[in-house]
Formats: sequence, C-alpha cells, structure tokens
Amino acid sequence: MKKILIKNGRVIDPANKTDELLDILIEGNKISSFKKSLPFTAEKVIDAQGKIVVPGLIDMHVHLREPGREDEETIASGTKAALMGGITSVCCMANTNPCIDNVSGVKFILLKAKNEGLVNVFPIGSVTKELLGRELSPMGEMSKAGIVAVSDDGSSIMNAKIMRRALEYAKTFSLPVIIHSEDLNLSQGGVMNEGKVSTVLGLIGIPREAENIMVARDIALAELTGAKIHIAHVSTKESVGLVKEAKKKGIKVTCETCPHYFTLTEKSVGKYNTNMKMKPPLRTQNDIKAIREGLADGTIDCIVSDHAPHLDIEKDTEFNLAAFGVVGLETLLPLIMVELVEKKVLSLSEAIKKVTLNPATILKLKKGRIKVGECADLTIIDSQKELRIDAGFFHSKCKNSPFIGRKLKGFAVTTIVKGRIAMENRTFVSN
Amino acid sequence: MKLKNKDLLGLENLDKKEVQLILDTAGPFKDLFTRSIKKVPALRGRTVVLLFYEPSTRTKNSFELAAKRLSADTLNVSVSTSSVVKGESLIDTVKTIEAMKADFVIIRHGMAGAAEIVSREIKSSVINAGDGAHEHPTQGLLDLFTIREKKGKIKGLKVTIIGDVLHSRVARSNIWGLKKMGAEVRVCAPATLIPKEIESMGVEVFYDLNKSLKDVDVIYTLRIQLERQKGQLLSSLREYTEFYGITKERLKYAKEDCLVMHPGPMNRGVEISGEVADGNRSVILEQVTNGIAIRMAVLYLLAGNK
Repeated sequence: MKKILIKNGRVIDPANKTDELLDILIEGNKISSFKKSLPFTAEKVIDAQGKIVVPGLIDMHVHLREPGREDEETIASGTKAALMGGITSVCCMANTNPCIDNVSGVKFILLKAKNEGLVNVFPIGSVTKELLGRELSPMGEMSKAGIVAVSDDGSSIMNAKIMRRALEYAKTFSLPVIIHSEDLNLSQGGVMNEGKVSTVLGLIGIPREAENIMVARDIALAELTGAKIHIAHVSTKESVGLVKEAKKKGIKVTCETCPHYFTLTEKSVGKYNTNMKMKPPLRTQNDIKAIREGLADGTIDCIVSDHAPHLDIEKDTEFNLAAFGVVGLETLLPLIMVELVEKKVLSLSEAIKKVTLNPATILKLKKGRIKVGECADLTIIDSQKELRIDAGFFHSKCKNSPFIGRKLKGFAVTTIVKGRIAMENRTFVSN
Repeated sequence: MKLKNKDLLGLENLDKKEVQLILDTAGPFKDLFTRSIKKVPALRGRTVVLLFYEPSTRTKNSFELAAKRLSADTLNVSVSTSSVVKGESLIDTVKTIEAMKADFVIIRHGMAGAAEIVSREIKSSVINAGDGAHEHPTQGLLDLFTIREKKGKIKGLKVTIIGDVLHSRVARSNIWGLKKMGAEVRVCAPATLIPKEIESMGVEVFYDLNKSLKDVDVIYTLRIQLERQKGQLLSSLREYTEFYGITKERLKYAKEDCLVMHPGPMNRGVEISGEVADGNRSVILEQVTNGIAIRMAVLYLLAGNK
C-alpha cells in the first residue's frame, strides 16, 4: 500500500480541537496515524513546514450544471475547480436539467462522479417534483440511492402547506431540507437589492423582506413539524437574527452564507456589473456586519460558495437579461482567509470548522475531520500564497466571479482526496 | 472648454460646468431655427446612427433633425424589442454598427444600463436617448435649458416632479440636473410609484399634490403609463387623475408665474388637463423646440472631443 507522509504541518482539526505541529501518515486511502515526528517511512513525503493542514474542505452548496448545461460546467470541470480550491467534497444542487427529482437522476450523478469526478460528490435531491413546488419528490427512494439532503434551491416553495408537508416528509427519512428563501411575488422582476443603488440605476429591486419573510415562515414551519431545516445563502441582517432566535428556542435550524455576502455590498453593482448579479442580491454594509457577527457567534454554521457558473454570453448583456449567480469554488478559501481570518472575525480553527465539521455534521457525512482509520481527505493551505483573480485564474468552465481584479491571499496548495494527491503545488495531478 | 467623456450617458456624472457648457452652446443653435436656412456644416461627413430598441417618435425625430441641421449623415436602425431576448446580442449589434464606422451611436433601449454597456464596447461616441428607468440625459438638459430660458436662472427655484417616478428616466435625469444647478426638487406621486430611498438623491417626497405645489416655480408632470393599473400600482386612472392630475384648479397652489412642463407624449385629461397643457403657463411645445437645440449642442461638443 502506498504511503504518504505529511511532515511538520500546522494541523488544524476543529473536530478534536487540534492546533499543533504534527505529521500525518496516509496509507492507501486512509489516515493511519497523526502525531509528532513520525518516521520517514513513506514513498512520498510532503514537506508542510509553514503550511496549514486541515480536513478536506466541504462545500455543501454547488451547482455542477450536469446534466443539461454541460457548456457551463460538468461534474469533471466543476470538481477540478473544487480541487484547485482545496475542496474535497461538494454537494450538488438539484436544479439541473432535467432536475434531480428521482432515483435515476441521483444514480446518474453518482455514476458520473465515480467515473469523472475528482472530488467526492454528494447529490442533493429536489423537494418537489420538477422543482415546481407542487408535489413531493420521492425523498425516501432518493435517500436510499444516496442523496444527503433535499432542496428546491433556485426556486422557492411558495405554498406554505406544501412546505409543511415537505418538511414532515423529509423528517420521515431524516433528510435536512435546504431552503432557498425568496418570496417570489415580492422579488418578481427584481435584479438587485432594492434601495438607494437600484433607485439610482433604475433597476427593479428585490426587497430584503423577500428573504426575511420566507426565513420567518420556514422557521415557524420547522417548529410546527420538528423537521431539520438549513437556510441557504443568508444575505440579510434580519435572517441572521431570525435564525439566532430560533436556535435559542431549540428549533432545528442551521444556516450558511457565502463569501460575497460577507464581503460585497449593492454598491459593487456600480455601473451595471453583471458579475455582481446573484440571488439573493448583494445587500448593504449593515448586513455584512450582521453576517460577520453571526459567523462569529455561531449563528451561521457554514460557509459555502453557491458556485453558479454562467457563460460570458449569459453575463455580457443588459443587466436585466444577465443570469443570476457567480462562480465561487476557487475563491471560497482565500476569501475566508482574507476577510474572516486575517480580519479576526473568526479564528483559523473556527473558520475551518464552517467548511469541514459543520457541514459534515448537518449532512451526516463521514467527512470533515482528521481521524485514524477514516478516509484521507486533506487540504494543505499556504496562508502566504498570493494570487490575482483574473480570467486566467479559473479552472471552472466559467469565470463569472465578482472578485475579478482582486488580489487574494491564503490558497490551497495541495489537495488530497481519498488518499490520492490530486493537486500539488497548485498543479493538477492526473490519475 | 470640452466635455470630459466621449459619451453622454447620464446627468449623474456630468459636472456643473459641463451642464452649463451644453446649455450655453445650445443657445446659438436655437437662434439658428428662426432663419430660413437652419443648417450648419459643423458635422459634415460624420455619421450618426440612431439605434432604437423602443418605439419613440419624438426623441428619434429630434435627434435626427439635430444631426441633419449639423449636416451629419444619419442612419436609422430600429430593432424590435422581441429580438432583444432572442437573436443578436446588444453588444454584437453595436459592434456591427461600429464596423460601419459610425461616429455617433444614439441609443434608446428599454433596459437600464444598455447605453453604459454599449459605451464600454465601442469607440464611437454614445449618446443615451433613454435606457429603461435609468436616465434620459438630453431630456434633462432640454428641460434645464427651458427653465433657465424662462426663469433666467435655475439656482434656488422650487420644482415638483409629479407622477410615475418609479419607472421614469426623465425624473432621474431631471433630479440630477436640477440638483446640480442648485434647484430644490420635490417628487409627488402615490407611494407605489415612488422608488425606495429616492430621498438619497436629495429630493423631498410628497403624497399630497397640493402641498407639493406650494410656492413652486416649475410643475413637471410625467407621463402616466396607461398599463400601470394592471401592475397593481394604481387602482384606476380616474382616481389618479383626481389626486394627481394637473388642472387649472391645482395651479393656484403653485407660484403665480410657475411653468408647466411635460416630456411628452401627453395623456390629456389624465396627468394633465387640456386646459393646462394649452394654457399660458405651459412651455411644453417650447421643450420640443429646445430639444433639437440641446441635441445639436451635445453632438457638436462630443464631436469636438475627438
């Protein structure tokens, strides 16, 4: 069995509160030991001196676009982008074409991921058939086939009664429901946050209440049903407050946010920059502040990319016509490092927890920790590594990033997936 | 003095001096209109393309006449709105026009930001002839010109803009222009037609028309789109007219010598009564004449930038 030894790295594992200089030995696809000064007995030794070694990152909110929009992304290209971003596990949303609302869809994803995927892929099934918010999807069968959660992300279940039934049904199969919170009537026609900037630009706004109302409704329904809900891409101060209160009351709610929501505001739309167009929309400085506080006090459990690749032709258009969504797999980690760790919003260990242990716990994945005998998914981070984000930076098929032009620091330099070095010194290692 | 940019996309980013320059330049062009030969050779040999994605008679005719009175060659390109979603992209269309070596592209488009996108893509001078609810700078300029001509100044005047501010590019350009030149600006409409945080543009919001007209020097009425009722923004046009229509009765709340303006086309008997539109306070037709002079000034000044 091939052995890999990672020497002298600063090992951070939030699961067992580890933060010390350790060596990690990988045998086959498993971690066989981690302790101080392991002997040089491996065929491959990685010198991790000055680097940070963490459990492989988990991004629980990704759009891989396959099946249906392979021009935008495939399981192969999306997982390659993940790899370069230090992410060893992704959960892919169900809003593909056709959408993942049945067992054959789930099997397709898993088969494709097995054959072409470069990181672990965990499919998410839809809540309702065809994402229409009308009839329940076969959650039980899909769960057996391998989904880790259900979500109608990209759309919203407007009918509260159907949502109630969906929560009860998901609870039956112990599936968390990931919720895209958007009152579609309030947001109709909107293309950015409603406020000062939308008024000046003459664009139709999406009021923050479109998110807040649905977060409040679904927390109430979670209380009613006892189901586990997870609020996707929290963007407002009020959402953070609602989740915080609900957690205090013991309601089973968790939530996530994305780097753009703790970094950018509506002002970034500037002169109709379509790379700043996503749902929910970029909000205000006050929201950034609340989201950072929510991250710090534990209200916000996870950080995800909501990686949503779109081609240039879908973005180089009138702002109204441009697609919603931004890529994010490759900038997730450096933005956490620059905006949260460097600015002391979170300690390194707390930050890593939100992309490892926390998503693993919510989705009950046997991932997100460094444990002897478990699968060796590891990410080695160089906190000093600086890179400029430009079109040439990306490995995703698409480059629709709101961070183009920025210089970021703190990148994954080596990614190990199931005991295989799949990316080393920021270079892709083929099978 | 010159304009700073190759394009005129809005009044938000023009400085006061540039606005003054355009207004000052328009004066002599207007004088030209009283002559039998209204044409000057200033833009001879230049090509002006009028790219209109929305039906418009008045603005298009005004620009076309302005270009012709400057001796430029004009080309009309009308694109139906349906082809915006399907078919050739905006960027491809304007690149094609640029390849025809157009010096100016005057664009009217139903979506905010269209002129901005075009200006980034091509070297020709781009003039925004209205983009969605964003801006309609030459309308704003011709309104400033008209007010200055009639009142002798703009600074210190009180102006109330009444109507569908939410969807109005004219309102936005006027707000920027008037504020820049030192006027006090109010907007008045039912709350459904007032965009969020418009106060941040430096205007005062009124829902009561009579109060909004107190001591004003200029009443600026916006066209009310007849289909707004369907969008649940109004209950009925009848009710709108009752509360926001400018009638002779209402004029007495404003200053005795107030001007009544409208960007056209008017819905007589809806936002403005026929009596007021044709009355002695109305400068609506004057606005049309001044529009040509302003557009000549803009073309002339932008040509000088090259």
